[in-house]
Amino acid sequence: MTISDASAAPPLFRMDGVSKRYGGVRALENAELTVEAGRIHAILGENGAGKSTLIKIMAGVVAPDEGRMLLEGNPVSFRSPAEASAAGVTCVFQELSLIPDLSVADNISISNPPRRFGLIDRRAQRLIAEEALARAGADDVHPRALIKDLPLSRRQLVEIAKALAWKPRILILDEGTSALTAADVAKVFSVLKRLRAEGLALLYISHRMHEIAELADQCTVFRNGRNILSFAAGTRTDSEIVEMMIGREYSSAFPPKPERATDKAPPALECRKLGWMDSLRDISFAVGKGEVVGLGGLDGQGQRELLLALFGVLRGTTGSVLVDGKPVALESPKAASDAEVGMALIPEDRKTEGLMLPMTVRENLSFAVLDRISSGGIIDRDKEARLIDDMVKLLAIKSDGIDVPVGALSGGNQQKVVIAKWLMRQPRIILLNDPTRGIDVGTKHEIYQLLRRLADAGAAILFYSTDYDELIGCCDRVLVVYDGGIVRELADDDITQHALIASALNVEGKTMETAA
Amino acid sequence: MSEWRYGLNEQRGTLMAVGIFLVMFVIYVSNHPAGLTANVVQTASNKGVLLAFVAMAQTLVVITAGIDLSVGMIFILTNALASWLVLGTPLETAFGVFAVLATGLACGALNGLIVIYGRLQPIVATIATGAVFFGIALLLRPFPGGSVNEDLADMMTGRIFGVIPSSLVALVAIVLLIWVPFSRSVLGRAAYASGSSEVAAYMSGVPIRRAKFMAYTLSGLLASIGGLFLTFFTYTGEAALASGNAYTLFSIASVVLGGVSLFGGKGSAIGAIFGALAFRTIGDLLFVFDFDPLWQPLFQGVVLLVAVSLGAFGLFRVRNRLEWFG
Amino acid sequence: MSDTTREQPMTPPKLLRRLDPAISTAFACIILLLVIGSFYSTSFLSPEYLLQQLKVASFLGVIATGMMIVILLGQIDLSVPWSVAVGGMMACAAAAYGPAGEILAIPFGILCGMVIGLANGIGVAYLRIPSMIITLATNAVAQGLMVVYTGGFSPQDSATSAMRYLATGFLLPGVPNAVLIWAIVGAAAVFVLTRTTFGRSVYGIGNRERAAYLSGINTRRIVLIAFVVSGALSAFGGVLLAGYASKAAQSMGDTYLLPSIAAVVLGGTSILGGRGSYLGTVAGVILITLLQSILSVMQMPEAGRQIIYGVVIIAMLLLYGRSPANR
Repeated sequence: MTISDASAAPPLFRMDGVSKRYGGVRALENAELTVEAGRIHAILGENGAGKSTLIKIMAGVVAPDEGRMLLEGNPVSFRSPAEASAAGVTCVFQELSLIPDLSVADNISISNPPRRFGLIDRRAQRLIAEEALARAGADDVHPRALIKDLPLSRRQLVEIAKALAWKPRILILDEGTSALTAADVAKVFSVLKRLRAEGLALLYISHRMHEIAELADQCTVFRNGRNILSFAAGTRTDSEIVEMMIGREYSSAFPPKPERATDKAPPALECRKLGWMDSLRDISFAVGKGEVVGLGGLDGQGQRELLLALFGVLRGTTGSVLVDGKPVALESPKAASDAEVGMALIPEDRKTEGLMLPMTVRENLSFAVLDRISSGGIIDRDKEARLIDDMVKLLAIKSDGIDVPVGALSGGNQQKVVIAKWLMRQPRIILLNDPTRGIDVGTKHEIYQLLRRLADAGAAILFYSTDYDELIGCCDRVLVVYDGGIVRELADDDITQHALIASALNVEGKTMETAA
Repeated sequence: MSEWRYGLNEQRGTLMAVGIFLVMFVIYVSNHPAGLTANVVQTASNKGVLLAFVAMAQTLVVITAGIDLSVGMIFILTNALASWLVLGTPLETAFGVFAVLATGLACGALNGLIVIYGRLQPIVATIATGAVFFGIALLLRPFPGGSVNEDLADMMTGRIFGVIPSSLVALVAIVLLIWVPFSRSVLGRAAYASGSSEVAAYMSGVPIRRAKFMAYTLSGLLASIGGLFLTFFTYTGEAALASGNAYTLFSIASVVLGGVSLFGGKGSAIGAIFGALAFRTIGDLLFVFDFDPLWQPLFQGVVLLVAVSLGAFGLFRVRNRLEWFG
Repeated sequence: MSDTTREQPMTPPKLLRRLDPAISTAFACIILLLVIGSFYSTSFLSPEYLLQQLKVASFLGVIATGMMIVILLGQIDLSVPWSVAVGGMMACAAAAYGPAGEILAIPFGILCGMVIGLANGIGVAYLRIPSMIITLATNAVAQGLMVVYTGGFSPQDSATSAMRYLATGFLLPGVPNAVLIWAIVGAAAVFVLTRTTFGRSVYGIGNRERAAYLSGINTRRIVLIAFVVSGALSAFGGVLLAGYASKAAQSMGDTYLLPSIAAVVLGGTSILGGRGSYLGTVAGVILITLLQSILSVMQMPEAGRQIIYGVVIIAMLLLYGRSPANR
């Protein structure tokens, strides 16, 4: 990069050598990005590639550890989203920044309302809202409607309108169409094209390849926290782009998979036409004893809801769930983890759902088996100690004794405690919600070995992971989830990176949605 | 939906409170032995206005998703103070009024400082500051007593043109002077926003802390206006623990009846005012129906219990049980 | 935002946790108060006086035990004043009904407190009404019921001899029965909190209700039981107080709300729930009682006591009870 500063006007926005770490995890490494006015710039990458960190840094939500950002050649740093917006860089978050109890007009000018005699000028605010809504193609949204009364798709449009009210020069859309219907997408697209014509720079993050093909002028692919390549749109095929997004070297060794025997026994867990609100549709699948079945797909397609539904957390599910061929009513985690059902859920967020951080390792480990180590409500301490000792040894949990608060352990060991806590119940069906996120390679490796051992011992395992390598390395079969339904089932050698990403993006499978 | 429907939707809680109040008041007046006379209205208004001020005070804090269990004590403290200071020449009286209001403002600001910058839970913090406020009130008035500038008191509790209760006029004036500007100011908007969703408010760059501080401070001011009026009505000051506790409790009941969400972000002080008037009228209904006044505390307790339980029905719509845990 | 959740601060291992700074501070304050008190009066350090203080403390101790369980859940019980009064008044009321009433007086008083607790528990656990609000409401209803019952006059019934014996008698020579009862209640509380599934669940729910629920704990039932226990203990405290004074009074519980919360919180129990030990509550109860006693020895009027309470509680909370900064 040796463009002399005098030769040409600097690009509208440039990011130079930006890095960001969360704890020990590298989220963004030495990222470079150049954004030009009047162009739509698509950012591509699989889960955890660093896209969302990039956006958060640009929008002032988090501060970078290293590197600099230049706006029209001048270095800038944003301490808050409002500061970034005031400087002309505005992000459309996914319905995170709308205040549910306020009206659309209130929300659009929330950060900088028009004032008269020091008070909010409601008439002026109304005009601003109407104009912004019209620019965002949401003329049918009434400025006085409350956000909480709007359907999701309209809220997304209000988000865009709110961002436009800042009169930004760079507009960032993070999955800006994920909640929209096809007709709304078309409307948003025409709005975005018009904004481009007006000279705005648009940064567009989407997982829908056809949208990128239709909209983008420029594409940048991220992988492992680095930008891999920038290229003009239309110069690469979908398949090439998918290749670019993969390209990861294997970082962990996986235990060998056994030959799968065709088993006549009823599957340990079977779902028939499971549905829940708009998030799960007609999900049918089975997991046999000794089988590790993966849940793939992009983040937030309904995998989490599926696991919660199975574990009895969701109300009003439709369809049926069978365990060992017998229908079961799953009303609560307590019912799901009862001896007859024997389910366990290793939750997604160990800090809020898996553990009580200030409590000791001992107390955490025995928390899910209190009913089994007690009689008449009184805990049998010897039995507790025995079970815990076994489990600590089995999982090689490293800590200064079992009476330290679990919050003092490393992330990997904390995750082992979560898993151990549930293994204490000797579950026959184990549901895992992205259990290796944010932990070290060594522990990951141990968890893979453990899963296979449990399966070999007869457990049925349903395993959601955002890491494709894991799905390939660990699973006998993978169900790819898209938009609340299973779009593809991959088995054995069909589980490849290419197949996983392609079906996750739904570019190769049958088209599930009406064309935009 | 047409324009007026949105207006209706925005004001639904308030309108509901107005409706409850009107129904109750009609029942009350039509069964009152004296009927609808200026006197009856004046008495009802004088009693209702006291609670209305305290309820307004509570509303401001509740909007930010907080709670102030010391409003009743600020009310009592400023009553005790007013019985010392609001006396003498017009100038001295004016100074006294000013000092009483400043005290209320300071009490509210103290609550705000402790809750927002000290990061203590509003419940415990305001119970503790409430004890301090009550203690000071007790220092000022170990026994009921004191007096007040009676001309001013009579003016504020009498009638204008022989018909309109002047306490009601004062209430309207305070609404116009404090509530309306607050609710339309940037900080007022921010108070609603941070009560509705603190995360979204942060993402939108709303001045959360300043807004909350403003809400607590103005809450103290409003409670002290209530205390001032209590002095006008009673001509004395009294550090009555039971009365302070009752006003705190009734302020919460009024807020709930007035359609203000205890989870924050929703409702208006106007609604709470009508909630307060309705609550008072409900309590007084027992008298016109010749019930033993002994039943009044129980009756008011039950009204409160029913009112807070009604808010729970949204729970049955929750489809993901994890949402129970916030 | 979601990525910036801070690691919890490391808590020291168990041996050191016994020396929780809040508890050691509370004990240090107790010693300080005794020293200050001995300046005012030489009898302050005499065994008789100390035993008398312990006896007075035991009423608060019983009530604070219930409050502590509720606070460990991350909730609060503001219905203490009238649960105490209902316990005392109903026990005395039952006593008026002949010999059977004499026998049933104590259980009946406690039962009435449990009913209040049950209403609180249903409201908090099943209707998910904030505990602060529902307990205020049940407190008002209980007050209303008692006003109706007594006709607005102070209650005329007097305590049974059994109640008087419990509050003022001596089963063991030299140890007032009230102290004995507090010791029994305290021992039971320690056992329940540390050795039973209920106790573990209480701590678990107080730390992370969501995680406890996902661990298969019937969180709603635990919360319900905790409120019932709190109501029962408040009412039992009322029974003892009525026995101590030989009769119940309308406002007998009013002076116990703030001290019971203060005792629990000053003893290092987190107001946000999930953390705290009974030893701390014991320290808090003694501290509050001594503080009250010294203030009365100093002939501090009620006003000064209220102010000092409030200031002490806020000061201690600012030291130990703050929420994390990244909200």
